[in-house]
Amino acid sequence: MSNTPSAMAPVAVAPVEPNVAPVKLPLGGYRHEFRAVRVVWQRDMIRIWGDKARIVSTMLQPLLFLFVLGAGLSAVVAGGSHGADYKTFLFPGVIVTGILFTAMFSAISIVWDREFGFLREMMVAPISSSSIVVGKCLAGGTIATLQSLLLIALGGLVHVPYRVGLVAGMAGIVFVTSFALTAFGLVLAARVKSVQTLMPMVQMLLMPMMFLSGALYPLGTGVPDWLRLVARFNPLSYGVSAARSLVLSYLPGGGATGHLFVGLSWMGWPVPAWLDVVVVAAIGIVLLTVACILFRRTE
Amino acid sequence: MTLSTGAASVAVISPAPVIDIRGLVKRYGDVEAVSGIDLQVQSGELFGFLGPNGAGKSTTIKILCTLVLPTEGEARVAGLDVRTQRAAVRRHIGLVFQEPTLDEYLSAEQNLRFHAAIYGMPRRIISSRIEVVLELVGLSDRRRSLVRTFSGGMKRRLEIARGLLHSPRVLFLDEPTIGLDPESRLTLWRYVDELRQREDITVFLTTHYMDEAERCDRIGIVNHGRMVALGTPAELKAGVGDDRVRVRTSDNDMAVRSIRKALGVEAVNDGDALLVTVNDGEAFIPRLFEIGINVQSVSVSRPTLDDVFMAHAGRRIGDQEAAAAVRRPMGMR
Repeated sequence: MSNTPSAMAPVAVAPVEPNVAPVKLPLGGYRHEFRAVRVVWQRDMIRIWGDKARIVSTMLQPLLFLFVLGAGLSAVVAGGSHGADYKTFLFPGVIVTGILFTAMFSAISIVWDREFGFLREMMVAPISSSSIVVGKCLAGGTIATLQSLLLIALGGLVHVPYRVGLVAGMAGIVFVTSFALTAFGLVLAARVKSVQTLMPMVQMLLMPMMFLSGALYPLGTGVPDWLRLVARFNPLSYGVSAARSLVLSYLPGGGATGHLFVGLSWMGWPVPAWLDVVVVAAIGIVLLTVACILFRRTE
Repeated sequence: MTLSTGAASVAVISPAPVIDIRGLVKRYGDVEAVSGIDLQVQSGELFGFLGPNGAGKSTTIKILCTLVLPTEGEARVAGLDVRTQRAAVRRHIGLVFQEPTLDEYLSAEQNLRFHAAIYGMPRRIISSRIEVVLELVGLSDRRRSLVRTFSGGMKRRLEIARGLLHSPRVLFLDEPTIGLDPESRLTLWRYVDELRQREDITVFLTTHYMDEAERCDRIGIVNHGRMVALGTPAELKAGVGDDRVRVRTSDNDMAVRSIRKALGVEAVNDGDALLVTVNDGEAFIPRLFEIGINVQSVSVSRPTLDDVFMAHAGRRIGDQEAAAAVRRPMGMR
């Protein structure tokens, strides 16, 4: 669907029959598009609020990783002496992989909309299809961020201190990462007609993305080179790396578990946390653009 | 609102049609879905757009809704070019598709508010307009209910309400009653009739139901990508032939001879009655009583739209998978 500026501008249409009530000429241009983005976002917010089961189920999985897998492996992995252990290490990884599922679910919901017809209602409206895609990505980002805030609230249980900077920084990293992941999901969803087709695709991708992100174990020396190489191309790795650096910087005895907190490196150069975020944001913008193009051509 | 002088001067002579299609052609590769359709629909009309599946009907509608670009020709809706003024055309049309397009997990009102926003309606008029359209389709008391609690007929009515929300000039109803039970269909049509009285709107309808086609001011039948018939239901029916008069008498054989001798037409046996085909069935009845035959009962039937459809499209109007849900045409093939 094309929305050239001329088509969007309030058109001075000659009302062809003078006896007809004047046609209301709605807002045009970017204000209208922003409004569309907002209402697409708002709809997803209303729907998640009405779907408590989904909120609970998306929370369960990260909790399972943190308190079951984390507790079990803490016994194996040597921890620090200041209370920070494997669970502390796992915490940022769990938060970032937790949003993977949430973000993917947001993207999947557009295929539900296609199956149940609502996407058509949006696609035939006088708005750019890109507004729909952007609205969906923002919604995926928002829902994941809210979810991660709930998890961050549990940080004290794994010796992660409560600091405004930490919470805000984490929310920021999570938002950028989940925005990018939703965009990725939308790229996958663009050509898929049914949820049944998409689900196996997503399932097939989720686990490898999680295992190859460094969320569950450090990508330091001792990890095979191929694995570290693959992790470098996984957008999730950068989100995990940034979140982990952030947590580390707030740990009182940070040095004690320092051997676990290994970030990503490019050709031996450790990628700083800010660059991690920039990489995720850049990937997100590229994927978003691809998704917009794909959705413009469908329907 | 500016009036371009050209359009205004035309409007004085004859009002410009709200839908104006000229020489419309749509090709998909080698396949020609629409091969030169011309059609003008006037403001306020209830226009029935009929044709067998695959005749070019859906493609034409998609072009009018700016979902598909025409290959050749021109199409204007509310004076706007579907090719170059797509967003503007979309603002001036309301669409109700065969398939549901509601968000069942939102309330009726939330669905409408969503629609209002994406159609860029001015905020201050939204609430009052929602009230108007919900009242129009009799759903005011259900505005806060989730759509998934609605019956099939209620959902359809809500879709119509939503299609009307942004005050479109043309409402496209694509098989609006498909899958509805007869009672819901009737209710829906009551609301559509009401709507046409209250709102200044043109309704562009596709249907596989004869009784719905009968309601239209004018009907166009497409087949093989062309408009094969266009006119009021009465005109179209008059075009396909004569009235059928069924007479039962105490002595059919004698009656056949009398009718032949006195009236100069041939009656044929049709079960226990006689069938006479004449131009004007109602004028023919009194003459039957003047020729001294003992008439027990008489009935006149006109050619139906079904006969019209048969004549132009080569099949019955309901002879589509779409109509199978309700009425299976019998005795075909």
